[in-house]
Amino acid sequence: MADNNQQQVLVRANELTCIREDRILFDQLSFEINAGDIVQIEGPNGAGKTSLLRIIAGLSRPYAGEIQYIDTDITQCRDEFNEDLLYLGHLAGVKSELTANENLNFNLRLSGYDDFDSYDLLAKVNLGGFEEALAGHLSAGQHRRTALARLWHTNCKIWILDEPFTAIDKKGVEELEQLFIKHTQSGGCVIMTTHQDMSLITDEVLRKIKLDYRFV
Amino acid sequence: MKRGISYTQAFLTLLQRDLKIAIRHRGDIFNPLLFFVLVVTLFPLGIGPEPQVLSRVAPGIIWVAALLASMLSLERLFKADFNDGSLEQMLLSPQPLPILVLSKVLAHWILTGVPLILVAPLLAVLLHLESNSYTALILTLTVGTPVLSLLGAIGVALTVGLRKGGVLLSLLILPLYIPVLIFATSAIDAAGLNLPYTGQLAIIGAMLVGSLIMAPFAIGASLRVSTN
Repeated sequence: MADNNQQQVLVRANELTCIREDRILFDQLSFEINAGDIVQIEGPNGAGKTSLLRIIAGLSRPYAGEIQYIDTDITQCRDEFNEDLLYLGHLAGVKSELTANENLNFNLRLSGYDDFDSYDLLAKVNLGGFEEALAGHLSAGQHRRTALARLWHTNCKIWILDEPFTAIDKKGVEELEQLFIKHTQSGGCVIMTTHQDMSLITDEVLRKIKLDYRFV
Repeated sequence: MKRGISYTQAFLTLLQRDLKIAIRHRGDIFNPLLFFVLVVTLFPLGIGPEPQVLSRVAPGIIWVAALLASMLSLERLFKADFNDGSLEQMLLSPQPLPILVLSKVLAHWILTGVPLILVAPLLAVLLHLESNSYTALILTLTVGTPVLSLLGAIGVALTVGLRKGGVLLSLLILPLYIPVLIFATSAIDAAGLNLPYTGQLAIIGAMLVGSLIMAPFAIGASLRVSTN
């Protein structure tokens, strides 16, 4: 664990069961995620990684069990939880009709921020010079970076990221890893899925939750 | 980092975004409008040009065409946002969902309802509508089309996750549209006979107020079910 003096439980899963298309993806899954954790959800394709992330974020309901945010069921404290949650699904939520700058502005304002310099944030994800380019004209990686730029301006503690490194180059991945480590050191947590190897986040730092593909 | 966005600002931000996207994607605005104009102009060709016949059926034709045009445009209300993940971001936003949803419906009405209201008088001329019915026509459309957008949005929110929700959508919302149609056409008919039509208009107004208050919550709940 990265930081042992911060042991506040941010998210707790209680005996989660998820059933999709008549198949049990996981059952009786329980875990705790503390402030300072970087958690990777591992498993082969179809094991239910995205389903688990969506359940933690409160987008899907589990078949049984509950997710708690600091000891309260998230269905009971949705507003507080949403204020502390940053979720990026594998669909980035970037509109191709809008420019990179407009997309970032909208996403940050939707989260309630009004004190940011979007050009500066875009420069941090290497999109300097592309601020006024339509997102539809950007490459897959740049498209992804437009969505990821939000990570540089947030005070949410819980980050749930579904495949954040998809289409991102090596240097970009390293920058993201640095950001994750900085975030966890200041009391946040990162829950993510990825199939890529990471260089800075080593196995000692990383906690893993394994999901298996089941034929039941 | 300060979170200083008020509900009004969130509402306006989303409204502005939706209008901007629509302006860059102009076909979406003109499609329903073109449909409306085509249907209305085809009727005189089909049933003959006698002014008596046309002015008798004009309120019905204009309203039925407006209703179908509004239904035709509904599907894209949440579809694009659902497909690119923006809808998930809205559901997880700290802003209250009913406010965001209301903003999307308002944007949709501005883009599809307002143009209908603006062309309707022109089409009424083509159909020889009684001259004293014009005010009633515009008033019923102004009060009635937002009701169509609000009620329709509930249906769209319920079917947005389905791959082929089109038929189901029509079946779900057409019954809800019928009261609006009945009261609107009866108001226009009454105006044509120089009778008072404030009663019918008041009922449509009541539907508008009712759906304005309740539909955003229903739409929000339906979206949560659809993305499950």
